[in-house]
Amino acid sequence: MIRTLMVATALATLASPAFAETITVAPGEDAQDRLQEALILAEPGDEIVLEAGRFGLTDGLSLDVDGVVLRGAGMNASVLDFSAQRGAGEGLLVTSDNVTLRDFAVENPQGDGIKSKGADDIVYSGIRVTWTNGPAATNGAYGIYPVESTHILIDGCEVSGASDAGIYVGQSSRITVRNSTARSNVAGIEIENSRKAIVELNYVTQNTGGILVFDLPGLPVKNGGEVLVRNNLVANNTTANFAPPGNIVASVRRGTGIMVMANDTVWVGQNMLYDNPTAPIMVIAYPLAFDDPEYNPYPREISVDWNIVDEGGTDPQFEGAAQLLAAFGGALPPVMWDGLEDPEMTTLMVHPDLAGWSVNLPKQGAGIEAARPGPLDAGAIGQPISIEGWGAPEEMDARL
Amino acid sequence: MIRHVSILAAAAVTLAISAGVHASPPPVVHDWVIQSDKIPKKLSEFGFFQDWRGREPSMDVVPYRLNTPLFSDGATKLRYVYVPDTAVAKADGPGLLQLPVGSALIKTFAFEEGDELRYIETRVLLHRADGWVALPYVWNEEQTEATLALAGARREVTTPYGERISYRVPNKNQCKECHGLNGAVTPIGPKARNISAEWLKAFLGEVPEGADTLPMWEDRETADPAAAARAYLDVNCGHCHRQGATASNSGLDLRWENDDPHAFGVNKRPVAAGRGSGGLMFDIVPGNPEASILVYRMASDEPGVAMPELGKGTVHEEGVDVVERWIAGMPAK
Repeated sequence: MIRTLMVATALATLASPAFAETITVAPGEDAQDRLQEALILAEPGDEIVLEAGRFGLTDGLSLDVDGVVLRGAGMNASVLDFSAQRGAGEGLLVTSDNVTLRDFAVENPQGDGIKSKGADDIVYSGIRVTWTNGPAATNGAYGIYPVESTHILIDGCEVSGASDAGIYVGQSSRITVRNSTARSNVAGIEIENSRKAIVELNYVTQNTGGILVFDLPGLPVKNGGEVLVRNNLVANNTTANFAPPGNIVASVRRGTGIMVMANDTVWVGQNMLYDNPTAPIMVIAYPLAFDDPEYNPYPREISVDWNIVDEGGTDPQFEGAAQLLAAFGGALPPVMWDGLEDPEMTTLMVHPDLAGWSVNLPKQGAGIEAARPGPLDAGAIGQPISIEGWGAPEEMDARL
Repeated sequence: MIRHVSILAAAAVTLAISAGVHASPPPVVHDWVIQSDKIPKKLSEFGFFQDWRGREPSMDVVPYRLNTPLFSDGATKLRYVYVPDTAVAKADGPGLLQLPVGSALIKTFAFEEGDELRYIETRVLLHRADGWVALPYVWNEEQTEATLALAGARREVTTPYGERISYRVPNKNQCKECHGLNGAVTPIGPKARNISAEWLKAFLGEVPEGADTLPMWEDRETADPAAAARAYLDVNCGHCHRQGATASNSGLDLRWENDDPHAFGVNKRPVAAGRGSGGLMFDIVPGNPEASILVYRMASDEPGVAMPELGKGTVHEEGVDVVERWIAGMPAK
């Protein structure tokens, strides 16, 4: 039995849930079995500690016990190395609630990095997921990947090399992604088919696209919206797209800063955007054909408030870019809209200091070749919006 | 082949029972072990088998087979169901048999080695008062006992196709990845629609409506291609690719009863496939299996691409063929 009861800890925490244990796992021989057994035998309240060092793993790990803390000695000290992984779709899978993952790294998983599915009240703190060979289509899709969950807090994490999105939150609600770095992924941070999300204080750089807020058709959880993107540094997202075709992010153009596709109520403000040469801020409808009667492909109630932005689209990755650049005097204005909207709704409101342009597509699903570019005709930013109840609940901060 | 083994097993039961007349009373299953909250360290603690080697089932441990079985690297599977004599199993139409508390499903995975059938692992599903529990037991080299392997294991085996592979015994959590539905563990195999009417009649005393409708796997060449393929996808993929299960977020629903073509992949774009898309645009392109992600992922054995994600160290060529044939026969748009 690998459970070692730390008597001192137990005595010191009599007031806390009964007999929470600390189980320490060291790297070395049989790390796969020892760590997986610890994850299976843990009981709610237990803490599993990864000692410093490199854990060579051959299969995916999984955790299905509520209320467990999995803690390493630091994101550069305790490394779960999946370079020799032979099975499973991700490095670590979490399927239980109230789990805290902190201070360790996942390197070179064959599929996704850490996936948490149906895992409510989860904290990712100081987690690093890295594909060490840099951008490559053969890397896994997502680094940090919570999906179908309520209450997600991602703080102080770092992801690089993901062939889809570094930090991807899908089909979830009440989400905070902050103080994190997303570097050299196709998408830095992506919020998809989700509600009540706050993305703030992140450094998003050298991706193909920086921060994406997407709503897609045909998924079990639909109608994404209520997303706040503020106080992020979104810079130098100029990596050529390396996503395998077929995935929606494969269509993201190199040099996209913050991109909103479809969605209802998104607020983008107080960000610094530099060197995102296709479009620092892009707001578009879902561009493909779809077969989902409940899906609204148009962006609605999108507020682009004050942001610090450079001159804009200096090297746009569009057909006919040269003509566009000539027409706009050398750089496309920072806010790009495809011109498509739900006639019943307000689509886009933009701070008066920010210039923009419209592609003026004739209809949803039309290609860029049908563009009739012109100046942006959007409403001015309106009343402040309420973000009451957005983001992870504050009490989750106590677990950081 | 699988039927052949089941018949052998059934014959063994008969032999054992007749032999039992001369010896001690026939061994019975240890109901208290199934129904306790303990996790036995050895498979033998359950008393599912008369012998240490797990070859001869005890009383009321009934062998069965599925019309279309789940592929596990070509392993021969020996399936048994046990229901305590104080309770009865019921049908639920064409769906899962309703096995009362105290029941167990026992499945041994084995590979032929010369003339020997070498046991690798035996998985048990126990219906306890607070729900189903899934446990993996791994057989020793001497084939004399199977020991709990919560963390799973890997074993070198030679598949019936002659391929030497590292066979993965799933860990306890991975059991739930396939057997999980809405957060709880559930059986997935014994559905009336995928079991012969004859067996159901003997086991339940009735043949439920909609029973025995999935084609027999060995008849796949002559069966309706759609039925053969949909049966295969239901059994091999539908426990994850449905709402409430592990792959629900994909939006793909591969269950037999789903009749929405978009939901079973026709012209459906991938959601979170990553490099699993193989550069292809849709899960199923009618008339064009080469352009269908479903086929691409089934035909891969590379982690991160391969489907299913678990229990697969080798490609099931016959399975790929069945699905290819079905897609090829769909009218192209």
